[in-house]
Amino acid sequence: MIIKGKVHKFSDDINTDDIIAAKYLVSTDAQELGKHCMETINPTFSQAVGPGDIIVAGNNFGCGSSREHAPLAIKGCGVSAVIAKSFAAIFFRNAINIGLPFLESADVDKINEGDVVEIDLATGVINNLTQSKQFKTQAFPEFLQQIVECGGLINYIKRGAHV
Amino acid sequence: MGYTIAEKILLKHSGQKSIKPGEFIEVKVDVALANDITAPLAISEFKKSGFKKVFNKNKIVLVPDHFAPAKDLRSANQCKILADFAKEQGIKNYFEIGCMGIEHALLPEKGIVLPGDLIIGADSHTCTYGALGAYATGMGSTDLARAYIDGKCWLKVPTSIKFIYKGKLNKWVGGKDLILYTIGQIGVDGALYKVMEFSGPVIRKLGMDDRFSMSNMAIEAGARAGLIEPDEKTKKYISGFKRKPKFYYSDPDAHYEKIYEWDVTKLEPQVSCPHLPSNTQPVNSLKNIKIDQAVIGSCTNGRISDLRIAASLLKGKKVAKGVKLIIFPATQKIYLQAVKEGLAEIFVRAGGVFSTPTCGPCLGGHMGILADGEVAIATTNRNFLGRMGSPKSFVYLSNPAVAAASAVTGRITHPDKIR
Repeated sequence: MIIKGKVHKFSDDINTDDIIAAKYLVSTDAQELGKHCMETINPTFSQAVGPGDIIVAGNNFGCGSSREHAPLAIKGCGVSAVIAKSFAAIFFRNAINIGLPFLESADVDKINEGDVVEIDLATGVINNLTQSKQFKTQAFPEFLQQIVECGGLINYIKRGAHV
Repeated sequence: MGYTIAEKILLKHSGQKSIKPGEFIEVKVDVALANDITAPLAISEFKKSGFKKVFNKNKIVLVPDHFAPAKDLRSANQCKILADFAKEQGIKNYFEIGCMGIEHALLPEKGIVLPGDLIIGADSHTCTYGALGAYATGMGSTDLARAYIDGKCWLKVPTSIKFIYKGKLNKWVGGKDLILYTIGQIGVDGALYKVMEFSGPVIRKLGMDDRFSMSNMAIEAGARAGLIEPDEKTKKYISGFKRKPKFYYSDPDAHYEKIYEWDVTKLEPQVSCPHLPSNTQPVNSLKNIKIDQAVIGSCTNGRISDLRIAASLLKGKKVAKGVKLIIFPATQKIYLQAVKEGLAEIFVRAGGVFSTPTCGPCLGGHMGILADGEVAIATTNRNFLGRMGSPKSFVYLSNPAVAAASAVTGRITHPDKIR
């Protein structure tokens, strides 16, 4: 799967309260949650973000709560993928389970706000089109790629595929 | 090479002959928990999947506790989804307000989670049950929906980090201080994807309530789980429950990615400053930090021993002028015990609010939201920006003694100073 989009940068330890505040957890609708994505730390984010844009962040992205509303909000505001130095474990599996593509990369400091990047989930190649630079990171393990390609865990289970 | 306690529980539930860190495995779950925020999504995913019946109605637990008693119409509707699903599926472990509690205090209290179990919960603080010697880990709603279908989940076998605590704890220092100190030392991603195993003579002397506080916050260091090997205290705690536990212990030659060994004899009560649980300081190093609110309770510190400590400091005292003190016992049983022991009266006479069990204030849900510029000391587990309300508020995390003492003086205070 190849994804291309404009970059919005975030720091280390972006937590699930930052991504979607608890007061909005009275909905499970991705579009509605998306309107409040990152509101606590960047109140204008949901207006600034365009369809297909990519979030690029530091270490421990998505730390905190288990709320699946967090990756749903990210998907719901139009973001197509997240690249971070590392992801918190529950966010990691939630993103896979709902089919939100992401990559872990040590090279996120070489990507700037507003850059256009292209990522290939199968190979782990990140192409910074703005700066004409390429980085290689580890591709998803095949098992996880299969879940994402199925569009999430439930579809994967329905197809009878197992580890 | 031997196995850690976590690896032994995972191995047992995988049905495999062996497992190794980094490997993807599928495990059978003993308990699948969700609450009023996460269950609606799990239930809708389950229903969308086309499956009609859950794999085992006795292994599913539903607790409306976050926005319950329902804070508004939308939360009421979310809570109702749980009640309806429980009725439809014949799930007996559904806890309506009146017999409920904060999930992570309630499940151990009811004997729903036991040593040796593999528990998944759509709540990050599911790791609390690690204190019993169980593998308990937080997941998302879709993971729960999948478990509703076939009783399984996928896992990547994590490596373990061992923490050995030696020495003798000072008065007013307990499990909460040990875990805040630990997170301060290793950082909020210090145990990312890993299991924390808490051990050593200091842990052996801790009561179960303190152990639950420690395991509860393993997630704040990024850990998948936080385990404590069972001992006589564990056995006493679970005696009387019908279901049989399984006791697992780490092998002497088990592999740990890292081992930390600390003498905690000189440890003071710890406070985590805004806006990360890892911004930990000894309480005496915080000078003149004025508070507007003190919150005592939550899945971290809302158990009876926590309330007893708070009451011992609040007895005959008054909350400082302008400070709001909110005390919320974690379960109805604890609530009743606090009434019987006269703790509730002490809190009310001191000028505090004694609330029904709810997660409300901890996550900025209801029952004590912080306004712009307000400062709180809380015995909860997260102090992220805006966690308890306004993005312009500030949350300091502490043990119940520090929170109670601070409520009396109006400033973050060492408990010794009011005794």
